[in-house]
Amino acid sequence: MDPKPLWLLAELTYKCPLQCPYCSNPLDFAGPRFKRELSTEEWYRVFREAKALGVLQLGLSGGEPTLRGDLEDLVREAHELGLYTSLITSAYRLTKERLAALKAAGLDHVQISIQGADAELSDAVAGTGSYGDKIAAYHYTRELGFPLTVNVVLHRRNLHQVEALIRLAESLGAERIELANTQFYGWALHNRAALMPTRAQLDDAWRVVQRERARLGTRLEIVWVLPDYHEQYPKPCMGGWARAYMTVTPAGEVWPCHAAGRITTLTFENVRAHPLAWIWEHSEAFTRFRGDAWMPEPCRSCPRKTQDFGGCRCQAFLVAGDAGLTDPVCSLSPHRHLIDAAVAEVERAAGAVEWTYRAAPASRALAAKG
Amino acid sequence: MTAAGRPSVPRLHPKARLQHDDVRGRDVLLYPEGLVALNPTGAEILELCDGVRSVAEVVATLERRYGAAGEGGVERDVTAFLDGLAAKGLVTYGS
Ligand code: SF4
Ligand code: SF4
Repeated sequence: MDPKPLWLLAELTYKCPLQCPYCSNPLDFAGPRFKRELSTEEWYRVFREAKALGVLQLGLSGGEPTLRGDLEDLVREAHELGLYTSLITSAYRLTKERLAALKAAGLDHVQISIQGADAELSDAVAGTGSYGDKIAAYHYTRELGFPLTVNVVLHRRNLHQVEALIRLAESLGAERIELANTQFYGWALHNRAALMPTRAQLDDAWRVVQRERARLGTRLEIVWVLPDYHEQYPKPCMGGWARAYMTVTPAGEVWPCHAAGRITTLTFENVRAHPLAWIWEHSEAFTRFRGDAWMPEPCRSCPRKTQDFGGCRCQAFLVAGDAGLTDPVCSLSPHRHLIDAAVAEVERAAGAVEWTYRAAPASRALAAKG
Repeated sequence: MTAAGRPSVPRLHPKARLQHDDVRGRDVLLYPEGLVALNPTGAEILELCDGVRSVAEVVATLERRYGAAGEGGVERDVTAFLDGLAAKGLVTYGS
């Protein structure tokens, strides 16, 4: 049976007041490719077509999705279709009134990022003063009865705060905390040398997570997104290419994951030109790596291929230069040495490495360099 | 925690929502970043968890419906099913 999508990530805009150096948005987010944002009506059509195709979970993301003035309308439409709707936000300037309006429109779940456990570090990583807004918004979600996920992207400069972050989520009464070790795509790949953690940092943080999980039980779910560079085998990226998941970008391109747009050897279609069902079932971008017929060795004859699907196509493209290769993170990949070198680099590095903040001028400058 | 032999009232956690999945012809329980596919029995059990009925009353209702009173199988199934969801934080027991 052909797979049907369950998840849709709707990236409503790439505008964002924050400037996180690990942002997974494309480096050229400020460029012409993403400029002409979908209208309210176009998003309605995307949601309807996604639901008819099998989608049940909708993430409203960005950039910063609350910058869209029609967010309440989008939520209402999604809710009426029966989609379980999550808002993925930085909470910058997010008021209680806005959250209440979103609740009334049928929003199911709120995920708010935080960049560190205290204002000083959080604001330094975000590049924009936002810690106060986040803490206020966490409390609003509790007062309004939203299930809350606290999301933290972890890297060299904040891994030491894992315990404080868990305690913060606990004190807020959050349902979940997502401790997402940086995945190296987009801005994170550009800033890899500055963000890469040491093995000792990861080991310490993992010990804290295990201890806190035992202490908290079901009171607070602690999700630990593996630092894949430090693993032996790759992650089962997206549950397999084009099996359950799709991303629609601000100007309507459809990608099998939120990083796939960087694969220059694939052609991506747009919801303005094609029905979503056709894109899912027939477009080159979605069919190219679906299933396992495309797999080269060592994946082809590997018993793990039904568990990890050969890992991540974007990582194969970005690190090994070909999206059709085994994920270079895999210890069986002939390109694993490229990952090992990046991991080893940080252990040798003496001082801190500067990062580039994610911002429109930097985006344009990087795009101009190619 | 086990539900067996207690006057406890199972409730769906507010973060979870029952939804019919037209495309796949089944019911699902949706929650933040996840879902559980339900078989018809599971969906029926959850519909009976209205925040008023105790586990024993859910069991008794199902036994009446299927004429299986006193055999113990229904109670075992209901308890295992609800405990499984409780372990995921999707069902809570109260009074
Ligand atoms: S990661 Fe940071 S900069 Fe990127 S969209 Fe999210 S909040 Fe904005
Ligand atoms: S060889 Fe391929 S299938 Fe086997 S573990 Fe590595 S990535 Fe997975």
